[in-house]
Amino acid sequence: MLQPATTSQDAHLPQLTLTRNPGMDLDMNWVRAVQANTSAIERRAATLPARRSVKKDYQAAWLLKAVTCIDLTTLSGDDTAARVRRLCAKARQPVNAQVLAALDMPGITTGAVCVYHEMVETAVAALEGSGIPVAAVSTGFPAGLSPFDLRIEEIRRSVAAGASEIDIVISRRHVLEGNWQALYNEMREMRTACGEAHVKAILATGELGTLRNVARASLVCMMAGADFIKTSTGKESVNATLPVSLTMIRAIRDYHTATGIHVGYKPAGGISKAKDAITYLALIKEELGARWLQPDLFRFGASSLLGDIERQLEHHVTGNYSATHRHPMG
Amino acid sequence: MTVKEIFQTMDYGPAPESAEEALTWLVDQGSRFGHFIDGQFTKPATGFDSTNPATGEALATLTQATQSDVDKAVAAARKAQPKWEKLGGPGRARFLYAIARLLQKHSRLFAVLETLDNGKPIRESRDIDIPLAQRHFYYHAGMAQLMDDALPDRAALGVCGQIIPWNFPLLMLAWKIAPALAMGNTVVLKPAEYTSLTALLFADICRQAGLPAGVVNIVTGDGAVGEMIVNADVDKIAFTGSTAVGRRIREATADTDKELTLELGGKSPYIVFDDADLDSAVEGLVDAIWFNQGQVCCAGSRLLVHEPVAERFYAKLRARMDKLRIGNPLDKSIDVGAIVDATQLKTITDMVAANSDGDMHQTACDLPARGCFYPPTLITGLDTAHPLMQEEIFGPVLVATTFRTPSEAVELANNTRYGLAATLWTENINLALDVAPKLAAGVVWTNATNLFDAAAGFGGVRESGFGREGGWEGLAAYTKPKDAKKPLSLIAPFEGDKGPADGIDRTAKLYIGGKQARPDGGYSTPVYGKNGTLLGHASQSNRKDLRNAVEAAQAAKGWGKTTGHLRAQILYYIGENLYARADEFESRLNALQGGRHGATEVQDSINTLFTAAAWADKYDGQAHGVPIRGVALAMKEPTGVIAALCPDAHPLLGLVSLIAPAIAMGNRIILGASQPFPLVATDFYQILDTSDVPAGVVNILTGPHEALADTMARHMDIDAVWSFSDPALSETIRKGSSSNLKRTWIGTSLPTTKDTLAAATEVKNIWIPYGE
Repeated sequence: MLQPATTSQDAHLPQLTLTRNPGMDLDMNWVRAVQANTSAIERRAATLPARRSVKKDYQAAWLLKAVTCIDLTTLSGDDTAARVRRLCAKARQPVNAQVLAALDMPGITTGAVCVYHEMVETAVAALEGSGIPVAAVSTGFPAGLSPFDLRIEEIRRSVAAGASEIDIVISRRHVLEGNWQALYNEMREMRTACGEAHVKAILATGELGTLRNVARASLVCMMAGADFIKTSTGKESVNATLPVSLTMIRAIRDYHTATGIHVGYKPAGGISKAKDAITYLALIKEELGARWLQPDLFRFGASSLLGDIERQLEHHVTGNYSATHRHPMG
Repeated sequence: MTVKEIFQTMDYGPAPESAEEALTWLVDQGSRFGHFIDGQFTKPATGFDSTNPATGEALATLTQATQSDVDKAVAAARKAQPKWEKLGGPGRARFLYAIARLLQKHSRLFAVLETLDNGKPIRESRDIDIPLAQRHFYYHAGMAQLMDDALPDRAALGVCGQIIPWNFPLLMLAWKIAPALAMGNTVVLKPAEYTSLTALLFADICRQAGLPAGVVNIVTGDGAVGEMIVNADVDKIAFTGSTAVGRRIREATADTDKELTLELGGKSPYIVFDDADLDSAVEGLVDAIWFNQGQVCCAGSRLLVHEPVAERFYAKLRARMDKLRIGNPLDKSIDVGAIVDATQLKTITDMVAANSDGDMHQTACDLPARGCFYPPTLITGLDTAHPLMQEEIFGPVLVATTFRTPSEAVELANNTRYGLAATLWTENINLALDVAPKLAAGVVWTNATNLFDAAAGFGGVRESGFGREGGWEGLAAYTKPKDAKKPLSLIAPFEGDKGPADGIDRTAKLYIGGKQARPDGGYSTPVYGKNGTLLGHASQSNRKDLRNAVEAAQAAKGWGKTTGHLRAQILYYIGENLYARADEFESRLNALQGGRHGATEVQDSINTLFTAAAWADKYDGQAHGVPIRGVALAMKEPTGVIAALCPDAHPLLGLVSLIAPAIAMGNRIILGASQPFPLVATDFYQILDTSDVPAGVVNILTGPHEALADTMARHMDIDAVWSFSDPALSETIRKGSSSNLKRTWIGTSLPTTKDTLAAATEVKNIWIPYGE
């Protein structure tokens, strides 16, 4: 049994207020019984945006909530320290101060900043005192095909460098080969390597073939102690979608029903519009409940989403449609 | 609430759709409406208020139609019909296309008006009702275009009286009007008195489309106006509504030849197997029983859950129910709106309040202080005998029980007087495709529910009514064969006083369950030839003989599950054996009827057997192209147990013309043989005996039809009555058929194989979405 972490000072981490997921033995009966009917899931996902609508002040509040749940991300080969520092500055002040003042919501920050291991120290330094955690994508991101011991070592180094959240990638081949035990063992070891840093398991759902595989992989990762499950690296050809999200959060719900443990959810890649963010939040609220609408249990992995939200918020405050250049780039 | 507070609670807040344009439209019409007759709105007269059930506010005043209004509407439709039909398919298609376009152009106005009038959530009227109505007109514009090519031997019925319910006001209007107009009929339609506004807006659309005056007429009012239409000079009545009213309409039209289609109530099963995607099945229930506040004839209102997953499924369902939002139907984030009227609310409330059995769960929510609202309700643990498991509630109330095996699921599902729709959830295609055909329903949804489309027929079996709306199968309800055929005539039996021609007395018995049976009553009637010779005696059947025959036919259920190939083989074999004894049958026919037409009749009969044999494995269903990733299989299923009265004339051919197509399609049949010439039918059972026809598939009774007609019509275990006998029996048959709303077919000419095949089958649409 893994020990729940108790020492983190970061308000955005689940283990502060909730029991951290200790994991459980791999239960293959449960895993094999999982079903996911694609057509039905797609229908639910397709009608959800039309079933829930959030307007006016409510919309503004929801968009601000979305901002606090963003893992502001840069994962590019051309990242430099200066680029990362600029992103961190944006994370501290994601929305124009006047707009926030008009909404009486000062002090909003993003949920975290998400970078490659090499940028962790830079980001930690840039965010010092802000309370914003740094997430590192480790384990041979995005393919996860570097030697296993190196992946584990990468996690340790990222944690040592100050990352309090580690986004690991699973070995897709374990899923595609139906080798659930291998997936479980891998996740378990990575979770251990994370220590007190909390761990998000990236399933790379676009490469898992079926929603049933997505559901099963979600469950196995939770059984192995994942704090969060996350859709994608952002590098697959298909990243976060509503049907995939529905499948994963229903797995989270089942896990919660069975164990009482709250596991977080992070859709990543492809969410770039304020309207989409609201749809995702509504989906979470409907299927998991309002408790999951906090940054300790929900994150968007996104880079361009924030810009659209800023424009919508300015429009809400002024009544005028906004323009991109009016908002500082991250 | 401030943004700061909302940031904490993350409530949805109000998201109202504006009612302004719709209310303005009502005011522009003077907030008072007359009828739409002969292309014009009549002057508003005495009537009643149409109210918004969510608020109780009056929306407009409608006019109660008088007899004279209905007469004028029918006269206008009658006058317009020949020209409309003559306009031709392509000409009519253009008008239907224009109507579809206009429905689209005014889609939001229709949606908001519908929600104001009916109380259904704006999401449903906007995303489901109105788009489906448009689709129905587009689809049938196509049907009009194709009619000459695709249905060259069908013609319009004439004037159709149409009475529609309040649960899907515009959509039901579309289901009625689009096919009627496409096939060249004109209509007089009465919307439900609670919900007439979109029909009146539709009348306005008809004017904008330039539809010729009189083609569509709309009269408003309550059930009394419906009765006037039923009794008016119309050629067809199409009704959607309650089984009780449908039954009354069947009886009221019994003494006429008006065509009739009825789409009635249901208590549709919703079956969840243990290998289903339970979360998706729970979500399906939201669309099954909380769609339109459960006021849906095909609502999945009877939940049947596989025992291994029952408790887990109920727990998930209760949790889901607590997420449903009930309130202002104009709010875009509302799942469950208002019940249509206080009367309906009281019915639902009383039915649920009268129950103290089982475990009840209701969505934990505050209902709006005013307006007609009822919380989503689940009652588990009811047994099959419970009234709530049997009766249609027509509200957001789901009742549930469990089953152990697939066959028990089918038994429970079919343990009802109704047979409209059914839903089943399983990830096992073998199970799904095995169970779907076994369910007594006109529509089956697998891993989905309440899917509708103009391309797939909708309608029920048993007391859910008859006729289909949508698809090719729906067009039969608005057309008739083009050519008039030679009418059948009644023939008096020959009289005589001479002795028997044969040396040894032969006894013709009844043929029941594959055995020769003496008549229960113990009476026989002599049968004489033209020259007065005694040809033999025919048994007089009574109601008990009929009862025995029905039991034998019901016991032969397995026939419906045999393959078409096997049935074809048996039909060919019957033909072969008849051919072998052709001379004997020829002489019998000549002796019975006089004349020398026996040989032709025998050859025609053999030909009919061979034709039916040929069709047995070729009268295929269709795979409808519905707009989902999936398919709707329109499967032709046997009607069931058919009781048929043979024509007096053509005693062999008439008999064979009914038997052959019926059994080719897998039905079991009970026949009342030709009244004046019964002995050829009793000879024929010897052919059946030697042709591998299983016991009970064909049963032959003799004697006066008058003694059988009423019992046949009122027998609850007969699915259809066909009569080619005395027209004087038609009323008795139609009236009696209301007992279980069995299908009736009153023929006036010798039945063709094609028409008989159609009467011998029911189309069941099985929706199969797929995708991995």
